[in-house]
Amino acid sequence: MSIYQVHIPAQVTLRSSPSAPGPEKITDEFIRKQKEEFEAGRRQLANMMGEDPESFSQQDVDRSVSYLFPSGLFEKKARPIMKPPEEIFPKQRTVQWDADGRPFHFLFYTGKQSYYSLMHVGSVYIFETNLSPYMLTVLVFFSSFGSSRWLTKDELQLRLVENVADQEYERFLRLMERLVVMPHSAALQDMVMQYRHQLETQSTKQTPPQLLMDERGVAYSTAEGHRKTSEATVIVRDAGGGRISINGEDQLTYFTVLQDRVQLMFPLQFIDALGRFDVECTVSGGGRSSQAGALRLAISRALLGFVSESQGEAMRRAGLLTPDPRVRERKKPGQEGARRKYTWKKR
Amino acid sequence: MFQIMALHRLSCRLRQTVNHVRCLHTSECVQQQERVAVEAEPESFSVFRTQESDPARHSEQHLGQHYTLPSAHIRSLFPHGLPYRFQQQAKTFNESCLMVRQPALEVISCLKKADYDKPALRYILYGLKGTGKTLSLCHTVHFCYTQGWLVLHIPDAHLWVKNCRELLPSSFKASRFDQPLQATAWLRNFKITNESFLSKIQTKQRYVWTKREFTEEGSSLGELVDQGISRVKSSSDVVGALMKELRLQSGQPGANFRLAVAVDGVNALWGRSTIKKENKSAVEPEELTLIYNLRKLMKNNWSGGAIITTLSQTGSLYTPKSAYLPQELLGERGFDNMDPFIPVSVSNYSEKEFESSYLYYMDRHWLQHPQSITEEGKKELEFLSNRNPSMFERLCGFL
Repeated sequence: MSIYQVHIPAQVTLRSSPSAPGPEKITDEFIRKQKEEFEAGRRQLANMMGEDPESFSQQDVDRSVSYLFPSGLFEKKARPIMKPPEEIFPKQRTVQWDADGRPFHFLFYTGKQSYYSLMHVGSVYIFETNLSPYMLTVLVFFSSFGSSRWLTKDELQLRLVENVADQEYERFLRLMERLVVMPHSAALQDMVMQYRHQLETQSTKQTPPQLLMDERGVAYSTAEGHRKTSEATVIVRDAGGGRISINGEDQLTYFTVLQDRVQLMFPLQFIDALGRFDVECTVSGGGRSSQAGALRLAISRALLGFVSESQGEAMRRAGLLTPDPRVRERKKPGQEGARRKYTWKKR
Repeated sequence: MFQIMALHRLSCRLRQTVNHVRCLHTSECVQQQERVAVEAEPESFSVFRTQESDPARHSEQHLGQHYTLPSAHIRSLFPHGLPYRFQQQAKTFNESCLMVRQPALEVISCLKKADYDKPALRYILYGLKGTGKTLSLCHTVHFCYTQGWLVLHIPDAHLWVKNCRELLPSSFKASRFDQPLQATAWLRNFKITNESFLSKIQTKQRYVWTKREFTEEGSSLGELVDQGISRVKSSSDVVGALMKELRLQSGQPGANFRLAVAVDGVNALWGRSTIKKENKSAVEPEELTLIYNLRKLMKNNWSGGAIITTLSQTGSLYTPKSAYLPQELLGERGFDNMDPFIPVSVSNYSEKEFESSYLYYMDRHWLQHPQSITEEGKKELEFLSNRNPSMFERLCGFL
């Protein structure tokens, strides 16, 4: 069984200069071997855990590794992992020259053949379009991008498996923008779309909680929310008098600070349903403002079952359905707190 | 006597109307204005306000409406001042309006129907923080005052069991302690409130304060009170003597007065105190002369009057924040002492009362935020205050 560590110095240097000429350090042969080893390791791990090797998925592998090698290290990347070799080892160029030592690609000696060939194709297209009068008369413009964006510099580097400087990235963007507004640019759509990243609309991922009916036939829904160390569960009942109970207490006695009550009110007020729902909340852990935040998230999620899709989207845009990822930052050794340093004294 | 009362009431109402009118230089003009004002006011109809300023005539139909406390009454009935926030509000609006609410009406109707030959009934107003217990008590006390009762009002009993500047061993009984400052302050207020009764009531006993000073039997109550105010040292004993006289005389055949004992924060009587003796041990409430005598007054072994009290967590000592029920606040001993009593629950605003209060603030142009006029703004206020009167007032304060 093999447990791969991400931090292998040899690979880090490779990743920083993927197109470095010279003998290949990660050969196809090497990757194939690693794959075989990984497969054998995966099966063995399944046997160790007493599960079926055939249906032992990557998720099961991760679970087993964290079970067998419990690690309390703060940095997630420093914990033991076992991933397929393709994910561990950076993508590598294949051999670019023949047996005589002559390169295959005519732009090999630019040092960045993929980048320059991309730029070359683009500029040749612009040049030809300007020359031919036919192409200027028939206007077939680029259809819309949909919800997508240009690749970032890092993504472009990964795509081309080459280092791209800031200036070169800017030049790439300029070329692409120019191609898009060209007449007859539709012909290039496939090529251009390769360098765009599709954005998924997040709200489609939101699954509203199922509306349930209680014994009186009143619709209700439950949801959970969390913030910092607080966890909240709420039951929102339709056709109520706007009453809110938190751990069996009145909202006014539970949250004496106005801001917390405003937090509670916001989702209800946003969908204009103050006084329509009865809300029953259970919340534990954390302090008062984090409890209020957890309740806000839980109430918003529960309300999603009662509102229309467009309203749900509006709620998402207002940030009601987004969990607050901020947590307490750890204290660092040699410092007074997370960021604060000890008072400096000259002597 | 009744005619005098009616006349008094009328003049009070007149005075109130004049208060609204700006002061003019010539008396003729004032009279004219007065006439106009008297004619015009009853016609102006509003949902949240009632012109009926006599609490005796308040009934179910006035529920949720505001009535104006005549400023003359405030000066004489509440010389110590009303609750702080209410007083601030009254100063801002230049009028003190109380809402007619169910608990006060309940107590008033009980007071009207009660048989005063029987031992005095004890009413306890209780409820959550900020629901208006004290103001309900004030409303009831105002009723007693307008009916011409003798009002013995203790605005906050908690103040008597804490923060005592001067604690003196009692001259009457060595094991007790006097609080001369509190006693004189209270006596002064008592004198202002019950000016008319002081000369009518005679003492039934001879009181000796020091070797030279004494109050003869048959001297008026005013002399007794003056003794307490001028001789600070004996003031606590004077309070005790005063309470004893009133207790013994009320309900007797010769007495021509009704006694209303109003105590705010009655749970202080059976709680603990933060006052320390010289050896740093805490003083028990019954060791304080004032509390000792007040406790005697709380017993219903006298007749011809009523005991109206409120419980309050605010200001009380060593009680959990969530406590509000009589058994929680009074404790076992206090509950046994107060039993039997008539519990009157004071709750948050009902929908109607909230609406009325909101309209009152709108009328006073107190809600200035553009959103507060809208229906959503009102709902927001309702949610944030949870219809709690005190919280609502606080919220509106900065809008």
